[in-house]
Amino acid sequence: MKVSITVNGVAYERDVEPRTLLAYFLREACGLTGTHIGCDTSSCGCCVVVLDGDTAVKSCAMFAVQADGREVLTVEGLAQGGALHPLQQGFWDQHGLQCGYCTPGMLLTSYAMLKHTPEPSEADIREGLAGNLCRCTGYQNIVKAVQQAAGAMRQPAAAK
Amino acid sequence: MSIEATPRTHALGHRMKRKEDPRFLQGKGNYVDDISLPGMLHAALVRSPYPHATIKNIDISEAMKIPGVKAVITGKDLEAAGLGWLPTFHGLDKQMVLAIGKVLFQYQEVAAVFAETRAAAADGAEAVQVDYEPLPVVADPFTAKKDEILLRPDREQKTNHIYHWEVGDRAGAERALERSAKRIRQRIWFQRCHPAPLEPCGCVAQFDTMGRLQFYVTSQAPHVYRTALTIVTGIPEDRIHVISPDIGGGFGNKVPVYSGYVCAVVGALKLGRPVKWIETRTENLTSTGFARDYHMDIELGAEADGRLTALRVSTVADHGAFDAAADPTKYPAGMFGIVTGSYDVPVAHAEVDAYFTNKAPGGIAYRCSFRVTEASYAIERAMDILADELGIDAVELRRKNFIRKDQFPYPSRLGFTYDSGDYQKTLELALQTIGYDDLLTEQREKRARGELMGIGFSTFTEVVGAGPSKHFDILGIKMFDSAEIRIHPTGSGIVRAGTKSQGQGHETTWAQIVAEELGLDPQNIMVEEGDTDTAPYGLGTYASRSTPVAGAAIATAARRVREKARKIAAHLLEVGEADVEWKDYKFQVKGVPAKSVTMKEVAFAAYTNPGPNEPGLEGTNYYDPPNMTFPNGTYIAVVDVDRETGEVKVRRFLAVDDCGTVINPMIVEGQIHGGLTEGFAIAFMQEIQYDRDGNNLNTNFTDYLLPTSLETPHWETANTVTPSPHHPLGAKAVGESPNVGSPAAFVNAVIDALSPLGVRHIDMPITRDKVWRAIQSAQSATV
Repeated sequence: MKVSITVNGVAYERDVEPRTLLAYFLREACGLTGTHIGCDTSSCGCCVVVLDGDTAVKSCAMFAVQADGREVLTVEGLAQGGALHPLQQGFWDQHGLQCGYCTPGMLLTSYAMLKHTPEPSEADIREGLAGNLCRCTGYQNIVKAVQQAAGAMRQPAAAK
Repeated sequence: MSIEATPRTHALGHRMKRKEDPRFLQGKGNYVDDISLPGMLHAALVRSPYPHATIKNIDISEAMKIPGVKAVITGKDLEAAGLGWLPTFHGLDKQMVLAIGKVLFQYQEVAAVFAETRAAAADGAEAVQVDYEPLPVVADPFTAKKDEILLRPDREQKTNHIYHWEVGDRAGAERALERSAKRIRQRIWFQRCHPAPLEPCGCVAQFDTMGRLQFYVTSQAPHVYRTALTIVTGIPEDRIHVISPDIGGGFGNKVPVYSGYVCAVVGALKLGRPVKWIETRTENLTSTGFARDYHMDIELGAEADGRLTALRVSTVADHGAFDAAADPTKYPAGMFGIVTGSYDVPVAHAEVDAYFTNKAPGGIAYRCSFRVTEASYAIERAMDILADELGIDAVELRRKNFIRKDQFPYPSRLGFTYDSGDYQKTLELALQTIGYDDLLTEQREKRARGELMGIGFSTFTEVVGAGPSKHFDILGIKMFDSAEIRIHPTGSGIVRAGTKSQGQGHETTWAQIVAEELGLDPQNIMVEEGDTDTAPYGLGTYASRSTPVAGAAIATAARRVREKARKIAAHLLEVGEADVEWKDYKFQVKGVPAKSVTMKEVAFAAYTNPGPNEPGLEGTNYYDPPNMTFPNGTYIAVVDVDRETGEVKVRRFLAVDDCGTVINPMIVEGQIHGGLTEGFAIAFMQEIQYDRDGNNLNTNFTDYLLPTSLETPHWETANTVTPSPHHPLGAKAVGESPNVGSPAAFVNAVIDALSPLGVRHIDMPITRDKVWRAIQSAQSATV
């Protein structure tokens, strides 16, 4: 089936098998390997991307054909003009990653979370990230990273 | 973007942000499944639904009709090619690559399918028809011990018993236990669990235009893989290039060589195209290296005042269908001899008997230096049981029996020489930091109200950094590690090591070591690992050996570079070499600080004006550690148990670690947070369960639980520093300490909470229903 999906602002028109999952579409048809696959049961959240600007979805739980005509943001689309997104900066500053495998999913889930909850409490963040597993960090520094990013993202708005 | 500026010198001990992070944060990591080669085929494995069965027939005809399927291979094909069996890393057993004649565990590899796409390969694997005739199943080591059903007729020894190992004074321990005023005994099972790194295992195999094998693989030990591949396939070692790309967590799961790897190589050879094999999560949990599964009977003897008189432990180990525990050759039960822990036990004896069962093979994994976790858990649980029976505070009992600071180097009764430690100091810091007296007061008040609050301790000692070549080898290869340093003309450089980071941050810490030793900017020291063509031979990253062994190799190689640089500095300073000293991160003329040259200047001169000296600036070291290192710590867990539901809430957890010299405190804290979370998972959530028929009940993340951000407690950390006297930097390692030390603290806290009810022990994982049952049966017993 023919699909047209806009990923990080670029339209990808591809012919896919109906059973192709969005995660594999991104990785294999678009060559965007930052989206990872860790479990096959939609448990781990390594594959989370943002759909239509503000909705975090596990891309292994969605067919590529379901994303036809829609906009997807992956980890490759976060940094703009050579500058890290505040979430990326937060994860770096706070040592919010180790092996890096869960990181793209963590970043994208947090991205959608901050769209809806710009001033999250620690409990909000822990609740919001409960669908993303990490084996390395124990989450503590990830929470700090999201807090830092939330603060940084509020700053420019306050300055205006 | 620019990497944050850090102090140019004093690199050691600096919270330097990680150099590897920018690529991971931008989706630019290069994990094995990200590798795609032109013409690449995909492999999928057919696995057995039966734990024990004869294979009557394998019919591949339907599979070959699936569009895109190129070939199917079975155990018979591999056997014909001389590739039917794979030596296990322990070297004393062998393992079927694909089942030959019969299957020995559920999900065992039976056939491999190669196809144009991942989906076609999976379809092909579904279509392979295998006729099985089920055989009776041996699902536990106690049944195996009876030898009524022989699992491995392929072996010369016609028994399910794999080995007996013992150390210490059997008769002496027996006598001392008999004479002890107090004696306790407890059966403790450290359940079978699985490291479950988020990235599954996988590989891409390709024979290049020169006929050379390019093998990308999730390996914690790429050089050992190269040698193992040569041994198995007969391909000369110079024609094998192993590359471990970025690895998404290992925790010991990525040490063994798996069937899929061999099949991918065979497929690439047979079909003349690159082959990728990436396992599914279910394949990972059901067939790759598990951890633990030790049934331990531990006994302690003590005087009435609590002074230990003896320790004895007898263990039955479940190794699964093959003896694939990747222990050093001379240590079939790994470092289990650390079971005397942090205590000055006058006499001790430990023994382990291992058995084959119809379960997946493995045993050595999950953030653990070869059975240290089992040993630490056993002694730390036993100390609490003894304290309880003696009516002595668990802290007081530990204090009374600690190896004293002045006893180091301490020869343990079970054969180790502990390098250094100050257990008392670490314990006191922990008590003070957590406010132990206040907690005790709170606990007394709560108990008076019938509330269940527990405080649990673990004052563990590990043995890591394998290891000295006179004792340690894997497949005969001594367990040294290596480093090669090149300093470029403009003062930057590259360090290559025989290790392989899986998230530990080597690209940063290795650079910090070189920077510290040479006074160069760590931002401009590139670290490269995991490529067998470029890195010097090393034994890899597992068992907390990277910093103790490779870290020492890096420091030593850097010092060799410095000695060479000193000669060039003398030439530049126009004095004799004896008049040049290395001070404040530069070379200066003794007594004339104004007359100095920096390493950067020396590096330039090494290529432009070396004088009478050999040009260039390089150093290599293969480091054979003189001893193991002995990281230790005091962990305290505070829990509240809900009497009605059995729910355990970990309210506080403090880890005070002594890992010797700290290279990067930020990374060390991160390691501790992660290890504690894995210890928490083991204590409360994780078990690979098999039913009596040998069916694996935990085949994916909906049944095998990893803690989420919601359950994971908040971690508090602190540290003491007792440098290792034999390590060039005084470092001991830390990655595994939190996972080794924490399970006992959690369990001790829960049992402490339940002790007013008379509960003495609960095996992990401590689930709500086990706690609830323990409370119910304790209450009905007292009615």
